[in-house]
Amino acid sequence: MKKFTKQIYPSFVYLFLYLPILIVIIFSFNDASRSLIWKGFTLKWYFELFHDSGMLTVAAHSIIIGILAASLASSIGTITAVSLFRYRFFGKNLLHGLLFVMIVTPEIVIGISLLLLYSATNVPLGFWSLLLAHTTLCIPFAAITVYSRITSLDKSIFEAARDLGASDFVIFSKIIVPLLLPAIVAAWLLSFTLSLDDVITSYFVSGPGFAILPLKVYAMVRLGIKPEINALCTLLLIGTLLLVVAAQVALKKNEKVGE
Amino acid sequence: MGELDSGVGGYFAGMKNNSSFKKICVTVVWSWLFIFAMVPVLLTLITSFLTADSSSLVVFKPTLQNYTQLFNSAYLKILLQSLYLATSCTLLCLIIGYPFAFTIARSKSRHRALLLLLVMIPFWTSSLIRTYAIMALIKAKGILNTVLLAIGLIHHPLPILYSYSAVLLGCVYDLLPFMILPLYGNIEKLNPDLLEAAQDLGAGKIRTMVKVVFPLTMPGIIAGTLLVFLPAMTMFYIPVLLGGAKNLLLGNLIENQFLSANNWPMGAAISMLITVFMGAMILLYWRNAQSKDKQNLQELV
Repeated sequence: MKKFTKQIYPSFVYLFLYLPILIVIIFSFNDASRSLIWKGFTLKWYFELFHDSGMLTVAAHSIIIGILAASLASSIGTITAVSLFRYRFFGKNLLHGLLFVMIVTPEIVIGISLLLLYSATNVPLGFWSLLLAHTTLCIPFAAITVYSRITSLDKSIFEAARDLGASDFVIFSKIIVPLLLPAIVAAWLLSFTLSLDDVITSYFVSGPGFAILPLKVYAMVRLGIKPEINALCTLLLIGTLLLVVAAQVALKKNEKVGE
Repeated sequence: MGELDSGVGGYFAGMKNNSSFKKICVTVVWSWLFIFAMVPVLLTLITSFLTADSSSLVVFKPTLQNYTQLFNSAYLKILLQSLYLATSCTLLCLIIGYPFAFTIARSKSRHRALLLLLVMIPFWTSSLIRTYAIMALIKAKGILNTVLLAIGLIHHPLPILYSYSAVLLGCVYDLLPFMILPLYGNIEKLNPDLLEAAQDLGAGKIRTMVKVVFPLTMPGIIAGTLLVFLPAMTMFYIPVLLGGAKNLLLGNLIENQFLSANNWPMGAAISMLITVFMGAMILLYWRNAQSKDKQNLQELV
């Protein structure tokens, strides 16, 4: 019984979480177009993916949006975390609450509310609408990632710096940012992941002129079962995996600095 | 710049500090969130009280009709269906996730980081791709049927895909990590001495669970419920891909009102309904977490 709860039960849950993903990855290398019978190893589907020029454009769009949104969100997230940690200002508790609410808000609610904002202000759906939406989506996650590490900083450092005449900006740029760099990098990586994978919000705020990867995946999955989907999903899964692991390594590094 | 705060206790001096850097930070953060998070929700609220119009989408004619229509049998049915599915999904995630989170939170600390990372990867992975993976698993010529046919357990492929069970399975699969992570955060912080004390005082295992462990981890349970229940009602691609039906859940209804039926006020009203649900759950969470740990969601990252 003890063994069951300690080892067998968790293994089943992990199997449940990973088996479907593994199947997609394995079949992206299967040399058969429809059948599920294993017909040998091939990289054919990956080559087809890379020869599809439409696909490359869409991927490039997603990566550009991801890099810009992650950079904006991790910058704003960092100053949000620093403000919450160091300052007392109007609406501080409200800001804490707002970040929490933004994390638990279903994406469809965010998506349509931004669509309403864009339509009320005549912002065309395309690059800008996506970038602003993705940045907004990532800010609370970035802020919370940085904030979770900022509390480990020794407050006497700021005191010492101020006694020596450092301005707030100097304290921020010469002390806080270098000390928190791993956490900021983690926030960037997680924001990039979110942007790269976001389907629901993007679905409402994207236009025909600027297609992005997650929506392309949705269209492919909905319309036809082409084996290239497996290849595309595998690449995205591996990309996410690397980003999340890198983010966790960065956060661990920051934990040590903070001690 | 360069001002010197000479307060006693440097940290508190920082609090009364009024440097231009502080002003810039606070202004940037608040303006962004005001424009892109608060104004849009306000617009949704306003739109939900306006009238739909075929030529210009929305006309400024205040009405309550969008809300009264929610009680029409067709909408009410979808609402109840969504609640039913979301409740089943949340309960299943809780039943599967709680013992699991408990086990990994109590495992040897050198294994714990890896075990947790293995939950975090699906948490951050695209749920669309994971929905697709479930689809590949259960479709008529999918791996599950192929295996079952091959070992002779069944003679005809099971029609699992495009059923209610498939939607439920997809929701549980997609959202389970969202339940496990907040639970883990709470259970890990649980002081093991308390459990020992309960047992020393004569409480059995079950009694310790019910009277000590559950109440102390309630913020985690509510946070997990929050992160599972609402998406379960609103992830419109799960019913589209796994259920085959278009109008199964509130998410599909909103999508439909906005992108095909062009009835934005109606869509906005349904979205406000979900927001109210969310508000009620958040209040419940905050009241429960107040005495414990308010920033519980930090554990997610």
